[in-house]
Amino acid sequence: MILDGKCPTGPIETSWDRHRFESKLVNPSNKRKYKVLCVGTGLAGGAAAASLGELGYNVHAFCYQDSARRAHSIAAQGGINAAKNYPNDGDSIYRLFYDTIKGGDFRAREADVWRLSQVSNNIIDQCVAQGVPFARDYAGYLDNRSFGGAQVSRTFFARGQTGQQLLLGAYSALSRQVKAGTVTLHERREMLDLVMVDGVAKGITCRNMVTGEIESHWGDAVILATGGYVNVFYLSTNAMGCSVTAAWKAARKGAYMANPCYTQIHPTCIPQSGEHQSKLTLMSESLRNDGRCWVPKKAEDCEKPAADIAENDRDYYLERKYPSFGNLAPRDIASRAAKEQCDDERGVGPGKRGVYLDFADSIKRLGEDTIAGRYGNLFEMYEKITDEDGYKQPMRIYPAPHYAMGGLWVDYNCMSNVPGLFVLGEANFSVHGANRLGASALMQGLADGYFVIPYTIANYLVTVKPGEVKDDHAAFKESADEVKADIDKLLSINGTKTPSEFHRELGTIMWEKVGMARSEESLKEALELIPALREEFWKNVKVVGTNEQFNQELENAGRLADFFEFAEILTKDALNREESCGGHFRTEHQTDDGEAMRNDEDFCYVAAWEFKGTGVEPELHKEPLKFDNVKLAVRSYK
Amino acid sequence: MQLTQSSVGRKIIMAVTGLVLISFVCVHLLGNSSMFFGADAINAYAQKLHSLGPFVWVFRLVMLAAFAIHLVFGIQLTLENRAATPETNVQVKRLKTGFGAETMIVSGGVLFFFVVYHILHFTARVTNPEIYVPLGDAGMVDVYFMVVNGFRSALPVIVYVAGMIFLFLHVSHGFQSLFQTLGLSNDKSLPVMGTFGKLVGFVLLLGYIAIPLSIVFGYIKL
Amino acid sequence: MKLKLHVWRQNGQNDKGKLETYDAPNVSPDQSFLEMLDDVNLDLARTGRDIIAFDHDCREGICGMCSQVINGVPHGGQDRTTVCQLHMRKFKDGDEIFIEPWKARAFPVIKDLVVDRNGLEKIMQAGGYTSCHTGGVPDGNALPIGNPVAEYSMDAAECIGCGACVASCPNSSAMLYTGAKVAQLAVLPQGKVEAQQRVLAMTEAAKENGFGNCSNHYECQASCPKGINVKFIAKLNREYMKALL
Repeated sequence: MILDGKCPTGPIETSWDRHRFESKLVNPSNKRKYKVLCVGTGLAGGAAAASLGELGYNVHAFCYQDSARRAHSIAAQGGINAAKNYPNDGDSIYRLFYDTIKGGDFRAREADVWRLSQVSNNIIDQCVAQGVPFARDYAGYLDNRSFGGAQVSRTFFARGQTGQQLLLGAYSALSRQVKAGTVTLHERREMLDLVMVDGVAKGITCRNMVTGEIESHWGDAVILATGGYVNVFYLSTNAMGCSVTAAWKAARKGAYMANPCYTQIHPTCIPQSGEHQSKLTLMSESLRNDGRCWVPKKAEDCEKPAADIAENDRDYYLERKYPSFGNLAPRDIASRAAKEQCDDERGVGPGKRGVYLDFADSIKRLGEDTIAGRYGNLFEMYEKITDEDGYKQPMRIYPAPHYAMGGLWVDYNCMSNVPGLFVLGEANFSVHGANRLGASALMQGLADGYFVIPYTIANYLVTVKPGEVKDDHAAFKESADEVKADIDKLLSINGTKTPSEFHRELGTIMWEKVGMARSEESLKEALELIPALREEFWKNVKVVGTNEQFNQELENAGRLADFFEFAEILTKDALNREESCGGHFRTEHQTDDGEAMRNDEDFCYVAAWEFKGTGVEPELHKEPLKFDNVKLAVRSYK
Repeated sequence: MQLTQSSVGRKIIMAVTGLVLISFVCVHLLGNSSMFFGADAINAYAQKLHSLGPFVWVFRLVMLAAFAIHLVFGIQLTLENRAATPETNVQVKRLKTGFGAETMIVSGGVLFFFVVYHILHFTARVTNPEIYVPLGDAGMVDVYFMVVNGFRSALPVIVYVAGMIFLFLHVSHGFQSLFQTLGLSNDKSLPVMGTFGKLVGFVLLLGYIAIPLSIVFGYIKL
Repeated sequence: MKLKLHVWRQNGQNDKGKLETYDAPNVSPDQSFLEMLDDVNLDLARTGRDIIAFDHDCREGICGMCSQVINGVPHGGQDRTTVCQLHMRKFKDGDEIFIEPWKARAFPVIKDLVVDRNGLEKIMQAGGYTSCHTGGVPDGNALPIGNPVAEYSMDAAECIGCGACVASCPNSSAMLYTGAKVAQLAVLPQGKVEAQQRVLAMTEAAKENGFGNCSNHYECQASCPKGINVKFIAKLNREYMKALL
């Protein structure tokens, strides 16, 4: 099937304004009759729930953490982009639009990206009004920095904790609505099913993680803002609780999963120190503004302390390969380059999976105080984890799975192919194409939550009668029974391997075969291994405890079960996409000097997969991508 | 209402009454130090106070009110705080607070009984009526004689020294605490005030016990 | 290294709870504290025993989910370090470690080391925000805010809401948590407008939700993984007095 994103046509500059005008409105006195469920309380979900509550809708918000403030948006460090052009350095909405399209390797929808760039400015104003303490210069105006390889300074930041401050801003807006009675919060709830009535999303089934009770919640619309899925790699920079579960449950009910193979591997993470590792820690990419990446030229030097390796024996590989962008090359490129060096046996540190990020030159040039002023908290964090002093010896870094560009397919209104199901933030696929630029995730989450969904959801709501289907409908009982049956099954297997052991194995397969560089061969191997492991899981998993208690083993097992099915679709998508673009690198498709080679002829489309059953071949639907405002070009950072 | 019922309001009341009390304690020590300058000095000081007439009673009432308020709210807040922490961990390690801060209710309680004793001893003439001899007319007593004889036996000396140790403990936390509560401290001043508060407590301790000990060791005699 | 752990086990609010002893026979100094507990749990799960429940999520010291009292100190007492960022190299072979939950009336135990911190939510809901609407706000640069003010506000805003301040306080007071939010907003022009209602409402909510009163022990700052300064409590007190006058 050919999918239609329902994007506005005509000049892109006015597309969003026209769409807003053409959008339907819900009568103010009717708004409170509509119940909207919002799953996830990160930047997208928190902002959406707060904004919709303020508009007068009856909002119920859900999160698996004990507080809405703890969603993983909180961990974003670097900053948030906006086309304010405060520094007068040539930025504009058009430039942010162009950079995002190009950065995404021409695999995103123009109209969505335009809208994002346009509302980016409103986000900054909104956050300032909420009391987000952005960095200010001495005249009292907002400070900007250049970030993630952008040629202009458009990134706003609050020390190294921008995500935290923005999330706390959204959380404060949400708290205000809770007080006002427009939003009801349900913490420690995990969504375990989407309830469908006649092909329309009408509610969710979730598990109360404290009591184990299976709860049914009806809603006239369901919003998923449940983040990304890169924990499918087991080791990632995501929080331990991040999962694909909510999105996958929706996919099982018919929502299409778009571009799942687009995963971002972030270049500046702290390398794994051993088998015991449970997650990887990211350090802001801003480190690359002053740090230089290198590895020894000779493999035999790798065991030596960095200080003993002469300047001539060091390979500053990013500066060598990309003279004009150097150490600031985009994430996908920097990550792959690090992997290449390590594959070439020139990695450093334990397991030789690491490269140096060296601040010696910058410290010499600017002084240690300046460097500490810019990155003090990161050096501190690095020392806590590795026990090494980044001022005295180079840091060691290695790429780690960080962000999912892919996600549930949505149209321009952020509605999935399932009517009534909206998907926001990282959970949808819409604006980052095949690669996300630094400081764009926060921008997207808040754009969707504050400034997109409050307008677009009305287009759907006016078509339904409020409260037409409530939780006394048979579909809710059916869904709850299914959920209970799944839980009972997990608890009854009583095998020999724990969920975390299985997750580690799945992660290894995914990282080795479907990681930074993928080949037809590795992907086909993965497609043998994943189903086999999934079958073993359902025969041999051991989940201790009961449902009627706080049971983290059960939570993990349930999430893992979904990762198994999802991993297969991710791999199939990677196999289908016979090109290299952004975060998706197929070794068969590269230029002579190892750069990604896109195939616009055959793959300039969004791949949206329809789940047809466990172990059954999913069906591929395509949404062709049209570029009317940006010319398709080879992305070059040389 | 806010002031007398809320968490911060009552804390402010504690600080203000504490400030009144500690100011009194400091002035009282200065006055008492006249003991070291002989009978005429302390008696002249007493005469001066006496001549204030009704103001003495106004002053006494204010002090009594401050004392009572400090006491009542102190007990009330402590009970609430205990109730807020019904159970503690098996292992509890404190990083910052001190013995004085953790025992405010104890030192405060001891000081209450000390003050009662002190009033019975030197003001109400209940415990040792034999130490009062008239001086001149207008109902004045010889204060110098009273104090020296008041510390002739061991019991009052022990009570006063012990009481002053508790005063030290109480002030060592309370002094800096009142600045924090009244919003008069910041990150730079706080550690300084902490040290200064301990110093104030220590000076009060030394100053107050100097009188009975001087009497015991014969530096002050009739 | 080999460690002996004394872990608080409590099955729900009505259970009395007690310390149980576990061995951690093979601990790497590069492990984080939570990864060490993962290993203990792996062993428990393999042998069919109930695993130790503990809250955790981001494991990079920012989400504020992790909450354990280690050897009597919330987060273990390393300077500016959450449990998840505490590494085993800070311990020695043969050490005995006590691991207990936050304990306060306002934080009932859900299971083992997991507590219910909803009281902190209620404090925020009482007024920890500016009442701005989505949209319709002035340009970000319309109100210049001096760098020192922005920095002061940011110092306060770093709070991760973990509740260690309450857990470490002999009175189970949430005044540092409350003070940080009050101070962050009170110094900003956009937050000043509602400063008076905010401080009254938030401190009242703290009281209503079972937190104790601040009596200036400063344990909160000492155990705060973000080093939030008690000067923000002084600021709260100042704001409170302004609101009363």
